[in-house]
Amino acid sequence: MSERLTIAVPRGNLFSETLDLLDRLGIDTSEVRSNDRKLLFEDAGIVTMRPSDVPTYVEHGAADLGIVGKDVLTEQSDRDVYELVDLGYGTCRMVVAAREGDDSLVESQRRLGSARIATKYPRTAASYFAETGRHADIVEVKGSVELAPLTGMVDAIVDLSDTGTTLRENHLVEVEELFVSTARLIANPVAHKLKADAIDDLVARVRERS
Amino acid sequence: MIHPIPPGTRDVLPDEMRELRALAARLRDLFEGAGYGEVRTPALEYEDVLRRGDERAASAPFRLFDEQGRVLVLRSDMTIPIARLVASRYADAEPPLRFSYFQHAYRAPERARTSTEFLQGGIELIGVPGTAGDVEVLALTAESLAAVGLRRHRIGVGDGGLYRTLLAELDVSEEERLPLLELLTERRYVELEAHVERLGLSQTARDLLIELPRIRGGAEVLEHDAGPAAAAVEGLRALHAGLEDRGIADRVIFDLGLVRELDYYTGAVFEVYDPAVGFALGGGGRYDALVGRYGRDLPACGLALDLQAVHTAQAEEERLA
Repeated sequence: MSERLTIAVPRGNLFSETLDLLDRLGIDTSEVRSNDRKLLFEDAGIVTMRPSDVPTYVEHGAADLGIVGKDVLTEQSDRDVYELVDLGYGTCRMVVAAREGDDSLVESQRRLGSARIATKYPRTAASYFAETGRHADIVEVKGSVELAPLTGMVDAIVDLSDTGTTLRENHLVEVEELFVSTARLIANPVAHKLKADAIDDLVARVRERS
Repeated sequence: MIHPIPPGTRDVLPDEMRELRALAARLRDLFEGAGYGEVRTPALEYEDVLRRGDERAASAPFRLFDEQGRVLVLRSDMTIPIARLVASRYADAEPPLRFSYFQHAYRAPERARTSTEFLQGGIELIGVPGTAGDVEVLALTAESLAAVGLRRHRIGVGDGGLYRTLLAELDVSEEERLPLLELLTERRYVELEAHVERLGLSQTARDLLIELPRIRGGAEVLEHDAGPAAAAVEGLRALHAGLEDRGIADRVIFDLGLVRELDYYTGAVFEVYDPAVGFALGGGGRYDALVGRYGRDLPACGLALDLQAVHTAQAEEERLA
């Protein structure tokens, strides 16, 4: 490899599958696996961080490449990063979910002209409702978003759903799907040109091995 | 007492100002020395006059009305005002004309760029067509960047019309072209690929639309079969030959996926990088139709540096050295 690459790796749902992928690419992740406090692994060319920070570090060039869910990328669509490859793992769906046996989502739209939506993805939710020609009052929450409709604070939520278990346990049902999210390989715009050979080489190996 | 200033603007204090001045002074000397006389144009222009140059340039974030109700906007770049200036103030002058500038431009914050007011330093070469003009602009830019300490800089070079030509010649319907161009401008390659797959084109067309805009590197990338965009790539090969003659071919990265946001570019397009910072330091390109829109049909080429960005890169290069 002609130039060294630094890769931003998310410590979250994608963490272990991402490390498996990096292993298959011949990047030694044993130190990352054995040390969950350390953040910067210079020998391996890996920096670890919370998933929503990956686009930030890549945009600023602190990492040349990053691995991040499409959910995070959609929410931060104003980031100046290049989206190179759909890595295919970490599949989950962004959905609208409402209380079981309750039509307040539709009724609020009809009678009040707007639905109240709780979410950790305010921009994704706002643009989805706008694109589908509906008004929505977006309520941003940081913690368990399932709580919001149960307390009557909102009519529905926009959130990621993997197996649907969390929704079911909270008596919520999926009513609409926004998109399917998978892990993506992103690149810094300048690194994409200045380290083109190293990046293309890695992308080719990713395509072969994933 | 803290009094607010508009988002995207900022105050410059003496320490920074001294460095910015020194940077601008060095560039000004080099530009003047190469025959690019400095001009100044008003920060405010009539909206309909700017709109003549480029629809998008007129969608300025700041607009106001004068006492007669005409709409004024803060300029979003210097290229369009200089095209206006050439047509009105140099209507009969013998080309070529060379101008430089150091002025603020104003844009809505977008993606990574949070500044709404930013200081541009740049050059415009009017009346020298094709490769000769492009080489002159690139050579002066490369020399200037090296002179201000950015010895590791690179200039990305592409063709602003390449992907448009591909889309048109490969029978992509008109309504599909703009979304694809936008995906490429934002380099959302995953969605670009998915979108192209859905069009049901021939294998050759599909490969060209997906693979060609991913290609960047040295002169070897100009050997790729570009299908209907062969003429654009041929133009880049000629440019490479010209850059080799000037001894700066190694400064340049050919990027077949480079698309600039403004629509007035008609040929080569440029973007400036330095490995010390993660964002482009400036850009430009060839705009052969723009000056004609103001009444003097002259080919032209230019490049603008974001001086704040160049200053940041200088500081980073010093830190790393």
